[in-house]
Amino acid sequence: MTTTYAFLGEFGDALQFIFQGETTREGAEVGGSQFLDLTWEHLKLSGVSMAIACAISIPLGLWLGHIRRGSFLAISLSNVGRAVPSLALIAFFVAYLGTGFANLTLSLVLLAIPPILTNTYVSVTQVERDTVDAARGMGMTGAEIVRKVELPLALPLIFGGIRISAVNVIATATIAPLAGINTLGDPIINVSGYGDTGRLAAAICVAALAIFTELTLGAVQRAVTPAGLKLEPDTASRRMRIRFGREATT
Amino acid sequence: MNRSEPAQEQGPSARPAAATLEFREATKIYPGQDDPAVDALSLTVPAGEICVLVGPSGCGKTTAMRMVNRMIDITSGDILLDGRSVRERRPAELRREIGYAIQQIGLFPHLTVADNIATVPRLLGWPKDRTRARVDQLLELVSLDPADTRDRYPAQLSGGQRQRVGVARALAADPPLMLMDEPFGAIDPINRERLQNEFLRLQKEIRKTVVFVTHDIDEAIKMGDRIAVLQRGGKLAQYAPPAELLMYPNGRFVEDFVGADRALKRLALQRVRDIDLWKAPLVRVGEPVADARRKVQDSDVPYPLLVDADGRPLGWLSERALTGERVTEDLRSKAEPAVELDDVLRDALSDLLANEAQYGPVLDARGAVAGVLSLEIIGHALQEPPEQVRSGADALAADG
Ligand SMILES: Nc1ncnc2c1ncn2[C@@H]1O[C@H](COP(=O)(O)OP(=O)(O)OP(=O)(O)O)[C@@H](O)[C@H]1O
Ligand SMILES: [Mg+2]
Repeated sequence: MTTTYAFLGEFGDALQFIFQGETTREGAEVGGSQFLDLTWEHLKLSGVSMAIACAISIPLGLWLGHIRRGSFLAISLSNVGRAVPSLALIAFFVAYLGTGFANLTLSLVLLAIPPILTNTYVSVTQVERDTVDAARGMGMTGAEIVRKVELPLALPLIFGGIRISAVNVIATATIAPLAGINTLGDPIINVSGYGDTGRLAAAICVAALAIFTELTLGAVQRAVTPAGLKLEPDTASRRMRIRFGREATT
Repeated sequence: MNRSEPAQEQGPSARPAAATLEFREATKIYPGQDDPAVDALSLTVPAGEICVLVGPSGCGKTTAMRMVNRMIDITSGDILLDGRSVRERRPAELRREIGYAIQQIGLFPHLTVADNIATVPRLLGWPKDRTRARVDQLLELVSLDPADTRDRYPAQLSGGQRQRVGVARALAADPPLMLMDEPFGAIDPINRERLQNEFLRLQKEIRKTVVFVTHDIDEAIKMGDRIAVLQRGGKLAQYAPPAELLMYPNGRFVEDFVGADRALKRLALQRVRDIDLWKAPLVRVGEPVADARRKVQDSDVPYPLLVDADGRPLGWLSERALTGERVTEDLRSKAEPAVELDDVLRDALSDLLANEAQYGPVLDARGAVAGVLSLEIIGHALQEPPEQVRSGADALAADG
């Protein structure tokens, strides 16, 4: 069995650690199925944080964008989000609020909100004014305009924001063990318990999760882009804007 | 040749599908401004007529139009739709009853043509099959092939097609009033002319009350049953039917605005059938020459016109044809240009000039000669007051 990944050197050892696990000198089972638990915890933390962040920032961004106010809030929030390192944010929260799932979730939510909020806001304000004017002139109410016009047109860029946040959150959830939640960060932080192989194994898992999320949400983003928009002659410039949006908020 | 339609005549009013619109001292002062954008505008648009708001840029045309469906709040005064103030209506509900088409069209890029057109019917909760049938009917109405166009996205349409879809969308719920803000403004001249003609033809069928905004006086003359000329500051300078506006502009501003060529512009308002033509000396081969000569004497035209058994023109006869007992087939020239009864005078004049002809036969719908039109007649028409030449809707109706 050990020979399976041997030719990959240390990397192979790490893969074996992930799939087969080891028993430490203290007799604890690490790696293997224990990694599944860590991954589950990691995903749970990230997923809950993302869900809350979306539930807050998408409606808020849609509303601010619809009334075309609050650009100050949306923009400065994203700047603050970029300026404050996630580690500092978590340290701050843990120091003030104490450890635990809820506090950790709260800090990840705060981390995830700016890209989604900013992208949602920007994409709604980018919907052509004439399109909105026509919608209003035909007798759509504000809520109908948001639901039937602005949201569908903003969806691609909103998912761009979700993608950035999700990758951020997954990467940042690595430091959760500092707040007492055992995620895939545990082997990275507690090297003594897992050894270097365990640390590398965990790093590989986190990277794989991040890449998987990035690719999946990228596919979702393409899927939610309305067919009619893909045909617009300015699709190229629209893509540019999406890419710009990503850079502006990462 | 691209035949232009004459301007609208005063159409028959009071079709149930149209509403009467009345501005009563309607005034708009934008917040933070001292001078009104629209200043105590009072005018009435009878049901089923096209009222064109025209004037230089920034004179308040768009503002006046958008007060009607409360896209812009009225500062003072009132606007009545079928006698009922728009101020007491809920805006969204009011707007669903008023067709709205703008220059930028504002089609929803993420929806198909069919879904775009179905916007208001869906807001009104129409059943699915009724909406679908209506969409196809409207596409046909605006000269688009439903099967081909229905499932396309706006990005897959030409500018002219988009504009047609925009008009179809505005008409979807059969609104008694249409607001159109420079609807053909962004289209090249040839397609604009075509869309204008199509809209006039459409209007003949649907007889909506229409408020049509443009800054182009020629478009105003062509499209309007009545024209409201606005002056900077949103003041109404004159409100009159096109012919009256051209004949009797009520001041320097309107005179300058309609242009120095207003007499020529009037030619676009009249059709050949509206004026008294010369009687044509029609002769057939084999007819006694004495008869032919008498016909020429009775007519203003110096030569007899040879026609076939159905009365269609073959050409002007030469002297040689009248030398014997009976008329022979000796032509001096072909019967060109042939003008049609439904042509507007401007086009007919242009044809005469292009053929360097003093006169030409006028043909009815079957191609038979109905009379002769000459430069002299057109000259008279230019001097006549407009009332005599505006003969009502029958000329239009015949145009089909
Ligand atoms: N939202 C607004 N706030 C303040 N002033 C406005 C607003 N909209 C229009 N105005 C002003 O009101 C006046 C009339 O504008 P309006 O758009 O009605 O002109 P218009 O006749 O439609 O012009 P155009 O032919 O250029 O479309 C202009 O002086 C314009 O600057
Ligand atoms: Mg305007």
